[in-house]
Amino acid sequence: MTEEMQTLNEFTNQEYKYGFVSDIESDSLPKGLNEDVIRTISAKKGEPDWLLEWRLGAYHHWLQMTEPRWANVKFAPIDYQQIVYYAAPKKSAPKSIEEIDPAILAMYNKLGIPLQEQEVLAGVAVDAVLDSVSVATTFKDKLSELGVIFCSFSEAVREHPNLVRQYLGSVVPAGDNFFAALNSAVFSDGSFAYIPKGVRCPMELSTYFRINAQFTGQFERTLIIADEGSYVSYLEGCTAPMRDENQLHAAVVELVALDHASIKYSTVQNWYPGDKEGKGGIYNFVTKRGLCKGAHAKISWTQVETGSAITWKYPGCVLQGDHSVGEFYSVALTNNYQQADTGTKMIHIGKNSSSTIVSKGISAGFGQNSYRGQVKILKSARNARNFSQCDSLLIGDKCGAHTFPYLEVKNSTAQVEHEATTSKIGEDQIFYLNQRGISTEDAVSMIVNGFCKEVFAELPMEFAVEAQKLLGVSLEGSVG
Amino acid sequence: MLSIKNLHASVDGHEILNGIDLDVKPGEVHAIMGPNGSGKSTLAGVLAGRAEYSVTEGRIDFLGKNLLEMAPEMRAREGLFLAFQYPVEIPGVNSSYFLRTALNEIRAHRGLDKVSALEFLKIIREKLELVEMDEKFLKRSVNEGFSGGEKKRNEILQMATLEPKLAVLDETDSGLDIDALRIVAGGVNALRSQENAFIVVTHYQRLLNYIVPDFVHVLYQGKIVKSGDKDLALHLEDFGYDWIKEQNGGQA
Ligand SMILES: Nc1ncnc2c1ncn2[C@@H]1O[C@H](COP(=O)(O)OP(=O)(O)O)[C@@H](O)[C@H]1O
Ligand SMILES: [Mg+2]
Repeated sequence: MTEEMQTLNEFTNQEYKYGFVSDIESDSLPKGLNEDVIRTISAKKGEPDWLLEWRLGAYHHWLQMTEPRWANVKFAPIDYQQIVYYAAPKKSAPKSIEEIDPAILAMYNKLGIPLQEQEVLAGVAVDAVLDSVSVATTFKDKLSELGVIFCSFSEAVREHPNLVRQYLGSVVPAGDNFFAALNSAVFSDGSFAYIPKGVRCPMELSTYFRINAQFTGQFERTLIIADEGSYVSYLEGCTAPMRDENQLHAAVVELVALDHASIKYSTVQNWYPGDKEGKGGIYNFVTKRGLCKGAHAKISWTQVETGSAITWKYPGCVLQGDHSVGEFYSVALTNNYQQADTGTKMIHIGKNSSSTIVSKGISAGFGQNSYRGQVKILKSARNARNFSQCDSLLIGDKCGAHTFPYLEVKNSTAQVEHEATTSKIGEDQIFYLNQRGISTEDAVSMIVNGFCKEVFAELPMEFAVEAQKLLGVSLEGSVG
Repeated sequence: MLSIKNLHASVDGHEILNGIDLDVKPGEVHAIMGPNGSGKSTLAGVLAGRAEYSVTEGRIDFLGKNLLEMAPEMRAREGLFLAFQYPVEIPGVNSSYFLRTALNEIRAHRGLDKVSALEFLKIIREKLELVEMDEKFLKRSVNEGFSGGEKKRNEILQMATLEPKLAVLDETDSGLDIDALRIVAGGVNALRSQENAFIVVTHYQRLLNYIVPDFVHVLYQGKIVKSGDKDLALHLEDFGYDWIKEQNGGQA
């Protein structure tokens, strides 16, 4: 091994900066899952009967299902009776930001997400979800002047039951898959947004997820509805403390875009990835799907996945409306012993529907990175178009990159293009940059950021900067 | 400026350089010639600090410092520049961003302020003119999809921008047509001064018609076997390398 390879190896030994545990008293249920647990969660939230029934239906469905194993990831069996399904900060239900437990405010400040409205980044409204419940939503009043609803899921169930009932499970049905069914049974909170007809949401909406309590699974649900001709950009971020045991995060995100509506959903996922030996870390098993219900509807997913021990998610689009557009831009980084099996599903139903997939996988250390993407063009989708580009970048020689594209075309007028490349950060490239006065650390960062450029260009400005820094941190180590 | 003493270097246990001595003073241009495989690129690589070469004996001083103890980026910041024989492509990394980063690293090392994107544009426009390159190259990824000649000119552009004290040009002339050769040589000549020095590695004499060297050295089997002035290059042009090989016990 040359010196440069050694530096590279040292370099990719990252430290996780969000691994602290905050001392926040929590009110949790005992470990384990049964009907009573579900009834208790529902009762704690004062939910209507239809929702309890929906949960129980999902639970019974889930009992019939087996944990899927088809993804290219390895993990020990999960004992679903060893998970805590509900944990909430004890001083609950703050009516305003001022009433929030100072320990919680301090924790979010430490994460760089101030919840006090005057300090919040101008132009970003934040819904902060801690363990199982939403603890704060900022800028609510300003948004409601325009008729934009942005609140915790629990509040939406109370205040806007008709909207929730109409759309909950309409994109990801309760029994969609094993983890979605589990989520449907036990989800405890999440975010809800509704953008009325013709409204262009004037600020980014953002949810920040944080797992704090031990042995706790996080099962949040996000539902975003963009009514005709509206536009919204939504950001999602997440972190968790460092713990030796794996923690499960099984979220569901549903997006609905009606005629001429557009939703842009961006994620920077930085759950705790486990230590250098692969111990601990979050299992990020998430179902995200958007429905372009109306004509000319557009849904765009952008994700930067740097955390989690295992990432297993396929944000997809069902392109039902004619001329609807689906996009998926992804950067997934696996370092040390992280594993990722991620990609997208584009289901073309409407005429002239089009989709674009740009996936950038980066593997370092012993990381394993798989792209799995499905493009399905149904008979009804005349003149559908898809373009997919999947690039993999390897750092070092102990990691792996894999690509699994699935293509199903039932209409001969469709045009489908797929491009894939795999490259290695060459010692030659690093040496070239070194020879121009640039350090190895900066050189790797420059090459990796160059590789991800097309995806970063899709992120809102502040997020793009954060994502670049995060990639740097995730690859950073003891150089210099 | 540069003093190489009894330099031995090897790759994977094979000795490639065996005992090189060379002194370069400010203002001088040294040409290093020699048949393929004689170790010219190895010498250039050792100077720049390429990791696959290990130096087994000897020492190199550069501007009064022990060069071999410095990391490659430190050598660059100290003012050593290598124009690569085969410049690599770096997809996605914008040429202008790359070169400005490099310039600012080197400036920081010299205690100078960083240049802004705007100031950089002013500097680079002048240098682009020198190597007759279009501004659109700056928008492209480093060397990506550049023709052979464009890559070589890009090396000279970088050299002109970074203003090194010692520039090592490794076969910058190979694969260039006569116009490109003239441009590259013009770039070098424009930068020549009493403060800086050049080591021009070349297989052919023709570059030396444009960049007239003060000294010519012939490298053969990892050793400098003959040194002279520019006439030595002309002699090599007429008689080839066979006589060198014969004199030094190699196979003609
Ligand atoms: N990385 C390497 N691994 C093995 N052999 C090498 C390597 N680099 C150079 N060599 C060998 O060293 C000798 C000198 O090569 P080089 O310095 O490239 O010569 P030149 O530039 O004069 O053509 C050649 O025999 C070449 O095969
Ligand atoms: Mg050579």
